[in-house]
Amino acid sequence: MAPPPPSLPTRARFAVATGRAVAGASKLVHFGSGSVIGGRAALLVDRDLLRRLTHGRDVVVVSGTNGKTTTTRLIGAALGTDRPVVSNSLGANMAPGIVAALGAADPGATAVLEVDERWVESVLRDTRAGTVVLLNLSRDQLDRTQEVRKLAERWRRALHTNPPARVVANADDPLVAWAAAAAPHVVWVGTGQEWTADAAGCPNCSGRIAFSPGSWRCTACDLARPEPDVTLSDGAISLSGTTVDVALSLPGGVNQVNAAFALATAVALGADPERAAGAVAAVDEVAGRYRVAHIGGHAVRLLLAKNPAGWHEALGMLQPAPAPVVVAINARIADGHDPSWLWDVDYERLDDRFVVATGERRHDLAVRLRYAGVEHSVADDAADAVRAAAAAAGHEPGSVIDLAANYTAFQEYLELVGGPR
Amino acid sequence: MSTARESAVRVGVLFPDLLGTYGDGGNALVLAQRLAWRDISVDLVTVASGTAAPDSCDLYLVGGGEDGPQVQATRELADSRALHRAVDAGAAVLAVCAGMQILGHRFPDATGTERPGLGLLDCDTVRVDRPRAVGELLTTEATAPDPSGGPDLALGVLTGFENHASRTVPGASSTTLAPVEVGEGNGDGTEGVVCGRIVGTYLHGPVLARNPRLADLLLGWVVGPDALTPLDDGEVDTLRAERLRAARSHELAPRRSWRDLLRRS
Repeated sequence: MAPPPPSLPTRARFAVATGRAVAGASKLVHFGSGSVIGGRAALLVDRDLLRRLTHGRDVVVVSGTNGKTTTTRLIGAALGTDRPVVSNSLGANMAPGIVAALGAADPGATAVLEVDERWVESVLRDTRAGTVVLLNLSRDQLDRTQEVRKLAERWRRALHTNPPARVVANADDPLVAWAAAAAPHVVWVGTGQEWTADAAGCPNCSGRIAFSPGSWRCTACDLARPEPDVTLSDGAISLSGTTVDVALSLPGGVNQVNAAFALATAVALGADPERAAGAVAAVDEVAGRYRVAHIGGHAVRLLLAKNPAGWHEALGMLQPAPAPVVVAINARIADGHDPSWLWDVDYERLDDRFVVATGERRHDLAVRLRYAGVEHSVADDAADAVRAAAAAAGHEPGSVIDLAANYTAFQEYLELVGGPR
Repeated sequence: MSTARESAVRVGVLFPDLLGTYGDGGNALVLAQRLAWRDISVDLVTVASGTAAPDSCDLYLVGGGEDGPQVQATRELADSRALHRAVDAGAAVLAVCAGMQILGHRFPDATGTERPGLGLLDCDTVRVDRPRAVGELLTTEATAPDPSGGPDLALGVLTGFENHASRTVPGASSTTLAPVEVGEGNGDGTEGVVCGRIVGTYLHGPVLARNPRLADLLLGWVVGPDALTPLDDGEVDTLRAERLRAARSHELAPRRSWRDLLRRS
């Protein structure tokens, strides 16, 4: 690993070295990659480390409830066509994870940073990021994060206090649109958004938002969908003045949306649209998502969905019925302790296939599936679950079984098959 | 009321777009399925904000939500008085969390300003200088008074998940569902507020998925208890046993490891 860049002040260099030593020790005792604890140690040594590591550097901040990790990866790929890029590509998205990723980076590299929704304000203050990408806001981990409206307020305040040169924002999400409108220059991305259940109350006036196909407006104040600069139709992304076809390796409509944000961002930062699109199209796995691996003696495709909006997209990516599916649910701190959101997910869409429920909250899921009228069984661990799915009617021998899991369940299975690459 | 009904049971789901944040929409599904499994027809009436709430439903569900939308929902119900008319006519109501708060006499809005509630439940919701109540909530054996004057109806222990900043003070003319065993509930050692056929609770989960006897209490008020043939709640019993054990061992995070904390904190 490269030493810290010589342009850093001594204290910051010492902080980075400390962080790396702690991360290495942590890794030796098998506490995961060690990047978060290493980053924490580094921040203890130098509280201003994030500011110093991003001083004079082009910084892109990517946030939102869903799609952060993928969009960050795609922006990194797109910008990587013409410049060095550094990124917290494995999803450690609060200050410790970010300084860990930046510690050894080339000082000239553009930092593309996935940032937790709650950390946007402080990261923007420390990095003075020139570009902020705001994807969407919906219910997630309600026991430990905040109501989505409060997050939108904090974003709005952050963009007002430390205005970036440009914001790339979702025109179809009223909460995001309201927050982003505080910035002086916004590139509006309009790709359509199917999940609107968290935006019925106007963030501006508490009035009611009325949705119509392809548009929305508040019925009480003048908040309305901004005219988009970037749109998506049938895999073609229209940017101001040019349209590029993107044949993505990643599945699902939601990744076309992520790709539209990535291209909008990269092109706004001067990347060539065609080359950027080629790089985006080539990405086929993001932090283990969509990887095909072997669990329980069968080929399994790993899918991640963390919250109702994410499940809405993930259920649409499954192999067609009657292919059986394994669904794994945990409710640890990183998932949110309250899995009531299972009832906001339209699991009724699985009623023409066999589902195996696993994960630590498999019994919550089993009750949900019973009321959804979905034929199911319960398995204590992933290997048993995969075997049960493979034995189910509708499974063609030798074919890949889809395993959709929420955050910590996904991480656990990813470790089983070799961890992130 | 124990004879077979001619018409479908009408269940009104009020403003799920405003008050549907915490999975409480599941309560409607639980009621509908428990009727359907007993061959009792049901008509789910989903009422979006901005449209007139009907006053003709047999049973209403009001869910939890955020502070801003909570005020909007109160405004609409106060203006139309549809829920007031329905309750006067004998309708049953399940109001969860923010739903319970707005059915009381008063509640604080997002800024802490006191707002008048609908006055259907005899309780006051107030700001307190204590941390937000978040976690598993478990009561001892719960009962509800029989609105037609019979003996109290047994509901078993109640299990769910609570997530609220304010606390609720039950009034003199209300009863509570049960004493709290684990968690906060109303904040005074009790959980829930019951007035006539209106049940308020802080339990998410959704509450009726985790507590089928409470679901059948509400349905019994509408169709008569004799119409409620037993159902196979084996999977719910397994879930309840697992959540009771978790709540009693204060295991908010099953098998939460240091590794888990370090990875994502």
